[in-house]
Amino acid sequence: MMMNCREATRLMSEGQDRKLTLSENVELKFHLMMCKGCRNFSDQMGSLRSLMKEYARPADAEDPSKPGSDSGDSHSNPK
Amino acid sequence: MTFAEPNSAATQSLLDPAFLKALRSQMLAFARLQLNDDQLAEDAVQEALAGALKNAEAFNRQAALKTWVFAILKNKITDALRQRYRDQEHVLAEEEACKNGEALDDELFNQKGHWHAEERPQAWNAPQKMVHDRQFWAVFDACLNHLPEKQARVFMMREFLELTSDEICDSASLTVSNLHVLLYRARLQLRECLENNWFAGTASGTTGVS
Repeated sequence: MMMNCREATRLMSEGQDRKLTLSENVELKFHLMMCKGCRNFSDQMGSLRSLMKEYARPADAEDPSKPGSDSGDSHSNPK
Repeated sequence: MTFAEPNSAATQSLLDPAFLKALRSQMLAFARLQLNDDQLAEDAVQEALAGALKNAEAFNRQAALKTWVFAILKNKITDALRQRYRDQEHVLAEEEACKNGEALDDELFNQKGHWHAEERPQAWNAPQKMVHDRQFWAVFDACLNHLPEKQARVFMMREFLELTSDEICDSASLTVSNLHVLLYRARLQLRECLENNWFAGTASGTTGVS
């Protein structure tokens, strides 16, 4: 039975939180070979994680564009 | 309050009203997003700042001080979340996971479980470049705030506080499979929101989030 996109996306999410089994991985890879939408989804799981890291990183003076950074944003009103 | 070494740059920073005010509002924004409770957020920020003042002399750079103050704040938030979950019934999580999940499922996938054509994920254009775009972060913030409360909380515990699945399950009284469902829903929805409101169409378009 072939994996569908719902199952594939669920596995890709779980892959962020636990190690997938070999057979899960094989089935997922097989699905991804044929499904562009899920390949994009796979890339985006990685993007979400690194964006969250960036979001969580406490602001520093070098990057004024992030939320909570030195030179102010929508949350802060330093003057 | 007096300090042993009033010349320490970090101490000066914390005594500078403008810096302190800005830092405080940044911390509050973080804390509110996760605790969803103004009073708890205020308390966590207050405690973190008090802890920081006590040891400010050890830091001679503003950036190092900030990193450290936020590390304290993360701990306070984790404690507050643990306490809250201990106090409340966790049945709610299962209900929310099912209710919210089914609606989203139907919206994104057809009966065979494949993407509806118009919902199929598109390639994102250079997401790593967005970190310098203030408007992007406004959209990101709004998308996070649109997540259902429970999903948002476990997602932040996982991705912001970087707790392991076991730690989250432990403090939130969730089963692992329950947690995975909540995290899956959160990621599905956050992805969808970012694509609709940022990556699709003009990058500098509207910041309104639906």
